[in-house]
Amino acid sequence: MSNGYHIVVCGSVVPDPLQTLEPIETPAGPALKNEMLLPAVLDPWAAHALYEAANLAAHAAGSKVWLVSLGARAKLRQVMMTIAQKVSFELVPIDGPASGFIDAHATAALLAEAIQSITGLDRSRLLLFGGWESASRGAGVTMQLIGERLGILDQFQGVDQLTMQPDGAFEILERIEGGRHQVSLCQGPPALFGWATGNLPEPRNNPQIGMANMRAIMPALQRAKTVAPAPDALRYRSASPPKQQRQTRIVKNLSAEEIAREIVAWIEKA
Amino acid sequence: MTPVGPEPAAPIDRQQMDVDIACVGFGPAMGGFLTTLSRSLLNPDGSPRLESSCLPGTPLQVICYERADGLGFGVSGAVTRGRGIRRSFPDLDLAQIPMATPVKQEKLVYLLDPTGASNRSFALRAADKLIRALGSLFRFREDALELPLIPSFLQKHDGFVMSLGQFNQWVGEQLTSSGMLQIWPGTPVSAPLIEDRAVKGIRLADQGAALDGTPQDGFLPGMDIRAALTVVGDGPVGAVGRGIDAHFGLPAGHEHSEWALGMKMVIELREDSGLETGTVLHTFGFPEPEIFGFLYVHPDRLASVGIFIPSWFRSPVRTAYRYLQHFVLHPYLWRHLQGGTLKSWGAKSLQESGRRGEPFLVGDGYARIGEGSGSTNVLSGSGVDEAWTTGAQLAEAVVQLLEKKLPFTRQNLEETYVRRRRASWVDSESRVAADSRNGFPHGLLSGLFGMALAGFTGGRVVIPPPSSRKKGASLEERFGARIPPAELQKLKDEAAERSLPLHDQIMSRCGWPEIPFDGKLLVSQQDALLTGGSVQAPPDYANHVAFLRPDVCRNCEPKLCVEMCSGQAITRGESGVPQFDREKCIFCGACLWNCRADEAGEPANIDFRAGAGGLHSALN
Repeated sequence: MSNGYHIVVCGSVVPDPLQTLEPIETPAGPALKNEMLLPAVLDPWAAHALYEAANLAAHAAGSKVWLVSLGARAKLRQVMMTIAQKVSFELVPIDGPASGFIDAHATAALLAEAIQSITGLDRSRLLLFGGWESASRGAGVTMQLIGERLGILDQFQGVDQLTMQPDGAFEILERIEGGRHQVSLCQGPPALFGWATGNLPEPRNNPQIGMANMRAIMPALQRAKTVAPAPDALRYRSASPPKQQRQTRIVKNLSAEEIAREIVAWIEKA
Repeated sequence: MTPVGPEPAAPIDRQQMDVDIACVGFGPAMGGFLTTLSRSLLNPDGSPRLESSCLPGTPLQVICYERADGLGFGVSGAVTRGRGIRRSFPDLDLAQIPMATPVKQEKLVYLLDPTGASNRSFALRAADKLIRALGSLFRFREDALELPLIPSFLQKHDGFVMSLGQFNQWVGEQLTSSGMLQIWPGTPVSAPLIEDRAVKGIRLADQGAALDGTPQDGFLPGMDIRAALTVVGDGPVGAVGRGIDAHFGLPAGHEHSEWALGMKMVIELREDSGLETGTVLHTFGFPEPEIFGFLYVHPDRLASVGIFIPSWFRSPVRTAYRYLQHFVLHPYLWRHLQGGTLKSWGAKSLQESGRRGEPFLVGDGYARIGEGSGSTNVLSGSGVDEAWTTGAQLAEAVVQLLEKKLPFTRQNLEETYVRRRRASWVDSESRVAADSRNGFPHGLLSGLFGMALAGFTGGRVVIPPPSSRKKGASLEERFGARIPPAELQKLKDEAAERSLPLHDQIMSRCGWPEIPFDGKLLVSQQDALLTGGSVQAPPDYANHVAFLRPDVCRNCEPKLCVEMCSGQAITRGESGVPQFDREKCIFCGACLWNCRADEAGEPANIDFRAGAGGLHSALN
């Protein structure tokens, strides 16, 4: 494609996955205890999507990447400090709640509206990227709902690989049962891709990219529209952490046989 | 251009970027610097007040790099009078800073030893007996004596309690919201760039390197950031500050001889803990006489609880973690802490030489601020506010020089920044404190006497400094009277064979009770790393701790770097050369000042370089 793509990545912030999260009840519904105290990161699924977007843009001259992000302004600012040195993008921030307790329909409506308001966005070149899932404990349907609202019919979920073909089409690998991939061909934009993990490592910090990005990101954050999701869109009867909790133990140099023995013993005990 | 620090053998083509001011390390000092500077960058009409010289026509280009992965990952349970901070924020509303609250009550408490295992002198044991016998006459309860008075120089009653992590995060938000400054966490700086005795900027750490620094596929050489002024606020173990010290040396008579390791937990208290928000406890006497402790109560039932292990604590068994657990279990504290939950954990080294460790504060192209510049006051036990104030003072000086279009030469910085600092309370109080701790190497009582002497005479009368600052006694010296030589040797052999530190075995043998792990508050050290500190080690960077001459390490006993390592990241290793596992390192830097090579007249054998990762908790 000679003019490149317009790649819009939807991605929000989530508490650093290393933190212990505790749901609490508030007058406004369920929330996470001390969420504003916890360090935040770009949702890891969305981060993969962003890195794939930047990689695709780098290989298609004339492309541009936007990151549309809904979250508390202070948290968005914090997260930009960690990702804006990695890849070039223009931020479209929306100042609002971004926890996993927000209704996916309400979130999708806000994101779709923000995408439609991007100046100069060419729908005929539009590739919509996002996470297939979300570490925010969301329902994992937000991307599909945005696609529906924007009328994007070609949607792919659980994407691990996107390859440009000489004729401008894409070959897409989507995850399916049994650890296998489904191979699809898509003629081109507009299309929506919900990324799984992709194949790219996290890009390295590049101060020049950071400096250039930040000149636009900070003013954009200052101008960010403050929104509230539609009232009474969703009500929760209760919220609790999963009953099966991860138990982490770091042991190095354990043989496969020893690991297997330990797992069997654990299963028998359970 | 000479980078001061490790450099790959072959020359590397590096990218370069020019800014006006390059800053290293984001702590309270840099917070003070950037907050003050940011207020002078624009005119009321929004036009640039200070113009960039590297990018003419644009506002001053200021960039700050922080090693840790987040601005809020600093470690300090802080109670501060906040004089400098309040000067910067006259309308400071503590409610806006999570975990901050005014001090409501403050106590100084002497903790007696309920276990009988503490290494107390004859005089101290006699004093303890007397206190117990006459307890009813004093405020003696739960094996602790609440002192009726707190010396004026130690008081913080007009100050506030806060989490340094949350404070840094809050300051960072104020700064970045203006859009005038750029602050980049997760970006370690490996060295200063020095040319013709002037600092010309900084070099970022290489990415895409193997553990030994060898370039790998996708190697990205660290960029050179050139700047008219480099502001060094990377703390006492930062690579840039130490690189400058290594190149220029310290002023005559100054040395970095006194350190401490501060280790803390943030605990969620049970609902009926009996501790009021804003309570501040300063303790001494337990778990060892040389170890000071603290407890600060934040809002929302959170408390910071910690201890300081000073470098004059000459025991080769100096594990802070197990001592911290015994501290928590002291009956005076445990009655409040029992039933609590560990929310966070961390440790850091404190440069406690104070004014006697002050480096050259300025030179051509650079200025030092904060703890690495010797601002910590060891008499008042205060460092955050002093650090903040030095940063603010430098910013005022920088604005003055920029407005007069004067270069950042040593002389100009001396006449502006250093002059301000010398005329301020930070400097006058640091003079009083300079020799206040000289008595501690002789024992707790002489140490307390020395502090009182210096504090009440304004530093005019002090105990002379000790002739030797040997780091650790041998095991035999310290424990020979309590453990027979053959048994001691057996413990050493077992530890060596299993590549384990000695401290647990020695402490248990000396009568310290086993820790009753409850899985909530009393957890193993590795659980504290994972659940409290959430320690991270990103790939792509070389190891930041290196043992330079293996033979020196092989023959070193006891290996204090192993015993003192806060995260158990340094283990004995095969053949006696310590092994480093960066996935457990929290960047406390204790290995650096616990290396004993200098006792034998050799240069330090541990290199503590720039690295990424470490703690991932913002509650500290």
